[in-house]
This record gives sequence, structure tokens and C-alpha cells, in this order.
Amino acid sequence: MASVKKTVPFNGTQEQEAKLRAIITELKDERGSLMPIMQKAQDIYGYLPIEVQTIIADELHIPLEKVYGVATFYAQFALYPKGKYKISVCLGTACYVKGSGDLYNALMEKLGIAGGECTADGKFSLEACRCIGACGLAPVLTVNDDVYGRLTVDDLDGILAKYE
Amino acid sequence: MYRSHVLVCGGTGCTSSGCQQIMEALQAELAKNGLTEEVSVVQTGCHGLCALGPIMIVYPEATFYSMVKPEYIPEIVSEHLLKGRVVKKYVYEETVTEEGIKPLVETDFYKKQHRIALRNCGVINPENIDEYIGTGGYEALGKVLTTMTPDDVINTLLQSGLRGRGGGGFPTGRKWQLAKDLVKGGQKYVACNADEGDPGAFMDRSILEGDPHVVLEAMAIAGYTIGANQGYIYIRAEYPIAVGRLETAIKQAREYGLLGKDIFGTGFDFDIDLRLGAGAFVCGEETALMTSIEGNRGEPRPRPPFPAEKGLFNKPTVLNNVETWANIPQIILNGPEWFASMGTEKSKGTKVFALGGKITNTGLVEIPMGTTLREVVEDIGGGIPNGKKFKAAQTGGPSGGCIPAEHFDVPIDYDNLIALGSMMGSGGLIVMDEDNCMVDIAKFFLEFTVDESCGKCTACRIGTKRLYELVDKITKGQGTLEDLDKLEELCYYIKDNSLCALGQSAPNPVLSTLRYFRDEYVAHVVDKKCPAGVCKSLLSYTIDPEKCKGCTLCSRVCPNGAISGTVKEPHVIDQSKCVKCGACMEKCKFGAISKK
Repeated sequence: MASVKKTVPFNGTQEQEAKLRAIITELKDERGSLMPIMQKAQDIYGYLPIEVQTIIADELHIPLEKVYGVATFYAQFALYPKGKYKISVCLGTACYVKGSGDLYNALMEKLGIAGGECTADGKFSLEACRCIGACGLAPVLTVNDDVYGRLTVDDLDGILAKYE
Repeated sequence: MYRSHVLVCGGTGCTSSGCQQIMEALQAELAKNGLTEEVSVVQTGCHGLCALGPIMIVYPEATFYSMVKPEYIPEIVSEHLLKGRVVKKYVYEETVTEEGIKPLVETDFYKKQHRIALRNCGVINPENIDEYIGTGGYEALGKVLTTMTPDDVINTLLQSGLRGRGGGGFPTGRKWQLAKDLVKGGQKYVACNADEGDPGAFMDRSILEGDPHVVLEAMAIAGYTIGANQGYIYIRAEYPIAVGRLETAIKQAREYGLLGKDIFGTGFDFDIDLRLGAGAFVCGEETALMTSIEGNRGEPRPRPPFPAEKGLFNKPTVLNNVETWANIPQIILNGPEWFASMGTEKSKGTKVFALGGKITNTGLVEIPMGTTLREVVEDIGGGIPNGKKFKAAQTGGPSGGCIPAEHFDVPIDYDNLIALGSMMGSGGLIVMDEDNCMVDIAKFFLEFTVDESCGKCTACRIGTKRLYELVDKITKGQGTLEDLDKLEELCYYIKDNSLCALGQSAPNPVLSTLRYFRDEYVAHVVDKKCPAGVCKSLLSYTIDPEKCKGCTLCSRVCPNGAISGTVKEPHVIDQSKCVKCGACMEKCKFGAISKK
């Protein structure tokens, strides 16, 4: 993961920053607003680089460690950018007993990356996710917001081709 | 007035199978035939039978179309909706009989169910508050606010015997009583646990997607009972449809004056806000959940003090799970005796289970407590597909255990499941057949807990990792019999030394598989074999020279050049080169390759 960080410098725009500051101003007086603010910040930037965490910490007058601590605790906060197409393979129990582990391994091989990584061209990132609640369709994977269910390894090439 | 209503399921399962395209095709086709004034299309919540999605039901006949494709729609509209002739070939097979089409409620899947918490799921449009009110919604809140005292509400719940549906099974009435009486007056909170993290459980999501108002109504009842004016719903961000429907429901309830100031003109104020989880399993634990709402790393806190005394922001708090909330308005309206008449001696009412894994009817079922596992798996679930043999049912997610076939006839309730070394948990029920390796399953759950342990307690943080390493070693054929004893010892150590339920229950999958499937562990350790043929390191692929025709297909698909032989002669696998991918076995047309 560290290598990904080096190759992708932070390039947030002024519009993004203005949006973030507006959201902080709107929410900062609510109790327990740190996580909602971080979630919105991730919507704006796609991830939470240290530069963005610093803005949040400064505006809320809390230590950066606190923001970083929350960012690293929850699986949904990403410190590094994700691919244009985020592939998540469900490794929940229902999917696992129906072979989603094989799908995950096959995707790592096909994309040439490990779980949690992004392809060099920034196109695909791969991660395992916990149950998305579509257990009736097991095994499932998602590409951004599209859900694919009742899969076998043979279906994977067809799915990847849709996003080439 | 419409002469026909078409209900299209819009739950996550059916959305994933493409129900949106069905909705669009249906609306376009109805418009083309000039039927938009006569036939209404309603998008509902989950019907439970996710395996058959997308699902479409045509009322008044309740004809059940399953696995609908957009290209079926023109025929269904022109035949069924225009001419009144059911298109049998697209109808769920089981409902087609010689006498005609059976209604859905008479199928095996629905017949033994009793829907209380799921009462409105798949029946009403969850995005329309009027439909909820039309089925008796907000009547319970009205009854409570105008005719009952807080103690009446608590007594009703106590008499009903309702216990927490999130897994713990604590009596709900008692919880409310503590929150009301331990601290008198002052700021209090009501919270809803919708951080449904158990992989394989999705009843909370379905309730929120299919009937969001029931949770709002029940939370307002709790607010009145304990003296709170603010509620929070902590919901997983992984459930976008449920989040959207809750937002809509809260907005509508505020517009109708059912949330906000002076509800029903009684002077009672209550409002609800959403908080989105960010992907941490431990946040389903009550103290961790509250720490997370406060905006911190979701680490559990020691109890006591219990949330009823010092909960959210250190104020008295009632926290219940979605399914628990969904039962409450019905108990208020129908009376505690009605609820207590269902179930077993100590577990009243019904429980929703999410059936998954190797079972024909995957989906959501609500059954009276005390139904046997056999009825659930064989009658409602339709048994194991492909003629395979039932091996175990896993309940309680990563905190639960596996129940083997010999306990198939035990009535399901809180106490029986605990006695069997598992637990009710939130109600995930994953069926495993002879092709699932129980050691591998234990390893799977450990991988999960290692990942999700918050790291606060050493026993859980390091202990689960060591457990994982031991089990991993066994699946690789490097385990010893002493390792099995070590496993067990470490399990009890972790249980005794962890602060929260995650650590205390993390060893359960290992303990229960050791208890019921010790022979499988022994096979891995002593015989260096995986009886189910799952653990790769212990498998070997061989070619039967009698059956091999020498077609060379296997040697061509082998990624590592491990198969050799000449055309029309039996081939051989070089075990030192074989990577055990199974590609040869899949491709062989003569069934000559087997794994052992």
C-alpha cells in the first residue's frame, strides 16, 4: 500500500476544499459529528489523505491523531485512492461456503494485484468485503455500485470486459 | 381504484438481480396497452425468497412470478393483465397445481412461517407512510401516548416475554425498566442497532428496507416510556437502500407530526437522527456502537455501568436491535398474551432467520420459536440442493457454532442453541453439506475475528491470531494432536479474558467444530487428509488409467505443466509440480480425474 501512496500525490482542488469546509461548518456543533464529516469528506475526495484529515482536525480543534485514529479504525475509510472501478468480493459466510474465495483468488491472478491494491493504470482495485446482505444470490461481487450474483470463476472475464 | 396491483420486490437481493429493469419494462408495457389507470405497480420490500429474484406478485390473485426477466413482461402484460390468463411458464413452479395456481402463502416456504416482524415486508410500499398507516401503523404509538403510562408499557413488554433479537436475548421490558428507573429524569436517549455485521444475516436490512416506519414508531414508544426525546439509528453504510428508505421515512413522519414536537397533541417531543457505520464489526456490540456514535474509534467499554445507566454521551440509553423494535408495536396492539402464546417456555414469539449456504430456498423466514432445525432446513428451506448430505447448520455468525445432523430435531430457541454450543445471534443460518470442511470453516471465522478484533484486549487481539495460526497449520497438514489440546486451552483463555462479546465468543466456531467434528480435525492431523476435499495442501489429484482416453485436454489446461502422456495413452500427474488448482478435473470429459 505504501508504494501506492508515493505514486499518487494529493491533488485536491479548491472547490473540493470549499465544499469540505462548508460541511464542517454545518455539522461541527452537533455531538459526535466527526464520523459524519469524515464520511462526507470521503465522498468529496474519494479517500482521506492526510491533507484532508489535517483540515478536519484543524477546523474541529481536535488533534490530528484523533482523526487518524478514527480513519484507521473503520474499514470504510481509505487512506489511499481506489481504482476507477472498485471490485469487492463478498467473503461473508453464505458467499464463502458457495465458493467466493475462489472468485477472489482468481481475480487477484487475473488483475495481477493482491487484495487491497490497485492496478498500475488506476483502473481496478480489489478488496474483500463482508456480507452485503445479498446472501440469496451467493456468491456475489460488486463493481462500484453494480452487483453480480450467482457467479462462477468462468463469469469473471465477462464482468471485467464490461469495464475495459 | 385499480383492478390489479403488481408488487415488484425492491429489496437488495432483487435489486441485485435486476428488479429495476423489471419495473421500467412493466411501466412502459402498461402505458403501451393503456393500462396505467387500471393496474398499479408498487415497489415493495423483501418477500424473503431471494433465491428466486427478481420477484413479482400480481394481486388480487397473488400469482407469484419468479426469476422474472424484462423480456417476459410484454407477454405477462398482454396475457395476464389484459386478458386475465396467468402465464404459467413464468410462475413459481411450486404454485402451479392441477387445480390451478396456488397463492403464495400456501407454498412450503411460507406455510410454516408466522410473520410479525416481517409483517409488512413485501406487502406495502416502504416509501409511502400512508400505506404503513393503512395497515395499522402508528396506532400503537397513539395508544401508548393517549392511554398508557410508561409503567403500563413496561409491564406489557415484561408479560409478553420479548427478548432482544440481536443475539443477547436480554428481556426487553427489563431493559426499558432499568433505563427508566435507574436514573430519574434528565437527558436520555433511545438507539437502534442496525449495524448488522454477522455475515449471512440480513433480516435487519430487510425490515428497514421493507417497513422502515415500524422502527421509528417503536423508538418513539421507547422515548415516551423512558423519558427520552432523541433517538439515533446506527446503520451500516453498506446498506444504501435501507439508508435511503429510512431518510424518506423520517422525513415523512416529521411532516405528519409523528416525529418532532408535540406528537398527537400530547406534549411529547421525539426526534430521530441517522448515524452511518463505517465498516467495523465490533460496532454491533452495544458499548462500541455508542462509542462510535460519539465519534470515536468504536472500542467497547467495560460494563457496568450498563447503557441503561450510562450509555450514549454518558446518559441513560435504551439500545435495541431492529428486529426487536419491529415486534413492539404489534405487542402493544395485540396484547402481551397474544405474543406470549407463541414460542417456547422461555423464548416467546417468533424469530427471523436468514437461510443461506447449501440450501434450496435461500432467503428470509420468520418462524415461531421452538420450530425444529429439521423443519427449517427440510420443509421451509427445501432441503440441500444437488442430492448432497446435510452436515451442519451454522448459527450466530462468527460468535456462534455449528449444529450437526444429530441435533436436527432440537426446537430452536435461545437456551437450546446455547446448550448446543452455538447461539441464536442475529439469526443467520448457514447450511453446510458434505463438501464443506469444518476445519476450514473454523479457519474462515477466525480470519474474520482476527480482522475485526478492535485490539483493545490482548487476549482477543493476539489470542485470535494464535488460534488462526494453529488452525491454519492443521489445514496444511502440519498439525499435531497436542495442537488440538492447545487450541482448546487457548479458546477458554480468550473467552475468560476479553472485555466484550466479540472476544468472549470468538472461539465458539473452533470449540463447536472441535466438539462435533473432532474426527475431521483428527483426519487432518493424523491421516493428513481433508475428508471434504477442501484443504488444498492435503489434496492430491490422480488420473485413473482405466478411464483416461488420452485426449490430452488435461495436459493442455494444466497451468504448471504437471500432466504428461502421449495421445491416446493414459496421462499421469506429477505430484511435485501439481498446484492443485483442479482445472484438469473440471475439463476432463471422462471423469478420469479424482481428488482425494
